[in-house]
Amino acid sequence: MVLKAFFPTCCASADSGLLVGRWVPEQSCAVVLAVVHFPFIPIQVKQLLAQVQQASQVGVAVLGTWCCCRQEPEESLGRFLEGLAAVFPHEPWLRLCRERGGTFWSCEATRRQGPGTPGEDQVTLIFYDQRQVLLSQLHPPAVPPDRQVGADPTSTGGLAAVFHTVARSEALFRSDRFDEGPVRLSHWQSEGVEASILAELAKRASGPVCLLLASLLSLVSAVGACRVFQLRPLSFLGSKLSTCEQLRHRLEHLRLIFSTKKAENPAQLMRKANTVASVLLDMALGLLLLSWLHGRSRIGHLADTLIPVADHVAEELQHLLQWLMGAPAGLKMNRALDQVLGRFFLYHIHLWISYIHLMSPFVEHILWHVGLSACLGLTVALSLLADIVALLTFHIYCFYVYGARLYRLKIHGLSSLWRLFRGKKWNALRRRVDSCSYDLDQLFIGTLLFTILLFLLPTTALYYLVFTLLRLLVVAVQGLIHLLVDLINSLPLYSLGLRLCRPYRLAAGVKFRVLEHEAGRPLRLLMQINPLPYSRVVHTYRLPSCGGHPQHSWGSLCRRLFSGELIYPWGQRSDKQD
Amino acid sequence: MGQPSAGKPVMEDERSFSDICGGRLALQRGYYSPSCREFCLSCPRLSLRSLTAVTCTVWLVAYRLFSLCENSMILSAAIFITLVGLLGYLHFVKIDQETLLIIDSLGIQMTSSYASGKESTTFIEMGKVKDIVINEAIYMQKVIYYLCILLKDPVEPHGISQVVPIFQSAKPRLDCLIEVYRSCQEILAQQKATSTNP
Repeated sequence: MVLKAFFPTCCASADSGLLVGRWVPEQSCAVVLAVVHFPFIPIQVKQLLAQVQQASQVGVAVLGTWCCCRQEPEESLGRFLEGLAAVFPHEPWLRLCRERGGTFWSCEATRRQGPGTPGEDQVTLIFYDQRQVLLSQLHPPAVPPDRQVGADPTSTGGLAAVFHTVARSEALFRSDRFDEGPVRLSHWQSEGVEASILAELAKRASGPVCLLLASLLSLVSAVGACRVFQLRPLSFLGSKLSTCEQLRHRLEHLRLIFSTKKAENPAQLMRKANTVASVLLDMALGLLLLSWLHGRSRIGHLADTLIPVADHVAEELQHLLQWLMGAPAGLKMNRALDQVLGRFFLYHIHLWISYIHLMSPFVEHILWHVGLSACLGLTVALSLLADIVALLTFHIYCFYVYGARLYRLKIHGLSSLWRLFRGKKWNALRRRVDSCSYDLDQLFIGTLLFTILLFLLPTTALYYLVFTLLRLLVVAVQGLIHLLVDLINSLPLYSLGLRLCRPYRLAAGVKFRVLEHEAGRPLRLLMQINPLPYSRVVHTYRLPSCGGHPQHSWGSLCRRLFSGELIYPWGQRSDKQD
Repeated sequence: MGQPSAGKPVMEDERSFSDICGGRLALQRGYYSPSCREFCLSCPRLSLRSLTAVTCTVWLVAYRLFSLCENSMILSAAIFITLVGLLGYLHFVKIDQETLLIIDSLGIQMTSSYASGKESTTFIEMGKVKDIVINEAIYMQKVIYYLCILLKDPVEPHGISQVVPIFQSAKPRLDCLIEVYRSCQEILAQQKATSTNP
């Protein structure tokens, strides 16, 4: 097999020395991690490698020699390098050589003993950027996260083994060629160890701050879980209002951020970071909204327009009912039923308008306090808006429920009497339709009732249709608001920012480029990180949302509408059957 | 010495083929070493004629609407739409070149370069590749040939988990595919020989 040697680009201009790294025999590939410079004492090099091996569970060894000199290597250096092969036995022994200032490299790999004839292998040189490979994460991860602790590195295949080797060898990168230690190494940290004062300070300060905030949050959740809120009216309100749902969701998020447990794997770390970014964005947008609302008495204007708008909506509903009570779209309705239903709904609207006018002096104050809630976040303000819309259109909801109940009753009656008309009966025990012989007077009354219900059907169906459409309109508006809230809740901003600014951190794979090639020299390739596409970043790292998705498909929704069952588009309350 | 004996010099010759619709394609072959080959297929460029036709149609429609509505926003919108549409087409749709790079014992890499300079790359490791074959497909009213990579199934040793087609936008004809197929099979044969006798 062709021998593949992975060489870090940072060592390409290092002085001559020994190559240190890991040999993977199954893929015949040598991963060079660092270069040990002359002079050194072999015993100390072996000690350092044993230490690193114990600390990182990666089998580091001396792989060969590296020679970078101004002109052709002298005879004595050549013999010295060959002598090293006897001191550090390793199969196969690599000899990399580069002319300083030249572009072409020579590379040989020799095997002294082992199966087959002793000889040389063909070598392919693959350059990699050590820092990028160290920091990047492969998606999908080669080792499942629950097996990562203590996982055997040789079990990962292919290029994942290279990433794994570099990532685990942190212990090797701690000492440097400028250190005073016994061994001088060259690797990616040789340009200067990377660190940031702010990051270190933040790490030190985060411990006590997290402890304080975690205790505060546990206090808040203890207050929220107390017995008062479990009682019937408050718990019912709390489950219906989307604001409470959103507040609970945010509390969960905050608890996750300020928990004192360290993140176990990269996925949890990303989740924490994404949550922090989402909360910060929410707060920022909320404060923006707050400053916009409270400036230039916009709340006053809003309150002034709210009551006339509610009045206008009620007036339009009254016109609609008058239209239905006449001959809507040319259809001829049953006069008596029409009048009854129309007057009933008109009275309901009249009650509603009186109630709104009763509330009108307090609207501005209520709005002002509601506007303050925007400092908790834009999502809370939007949820409040959705709740206000629901409250203001409560009469439409009531009409829908009345119309749906009436229609459903009628449909049930019609289907049962239709069965009677055909001489059949619903067997509740066997849950099927059986034939049944009825008496004459049963058949007579049944047929009469069936006829009455059938001829009253168009009127009821029309009222049901109109109010269902209105209700669906309101539900659509609420749905849009919930969609926006969901978007802010679940968008992984930190991951997207990372993909934009440091694309090598999230890797979908690798890509190769063939470098300048000369006949007779080994093939040289450059390995670069292939970043994850944005759609996969969002898909992999999206935060779990509030759970406000509709549970029904379009087909079942249409079926329920047709049979008159009440629809609750938000699947949260699916346990409340009617 | 055991060095690759008398390695052939790099051949970067260019031959012209045609795609399934009759457009001209140029195939460039790079022979870097006995174990590494590259095939670069260039698609026909964006033609000035079609670009002019589309732009003129859009602007004529915009002028007609403007004469009906007397609103100058329509004209600005038409210009904006044309520009954004052209940029989007060049960046996301129009592929200029497709490259296939085979490296023995590493893997197979496919790169598509778009007209705006964007490149999208996929790399498949050699351990996952079962074989490269020429397959037939029914495409609209034609039967066409296409080259594809068969991937191994991790669960079943003789099964195929996925079929990855190559040169999907260039769609060359059978003569071009046979050239590429022969070279790929040489490398795969080498790889199979070395994997069975380490």
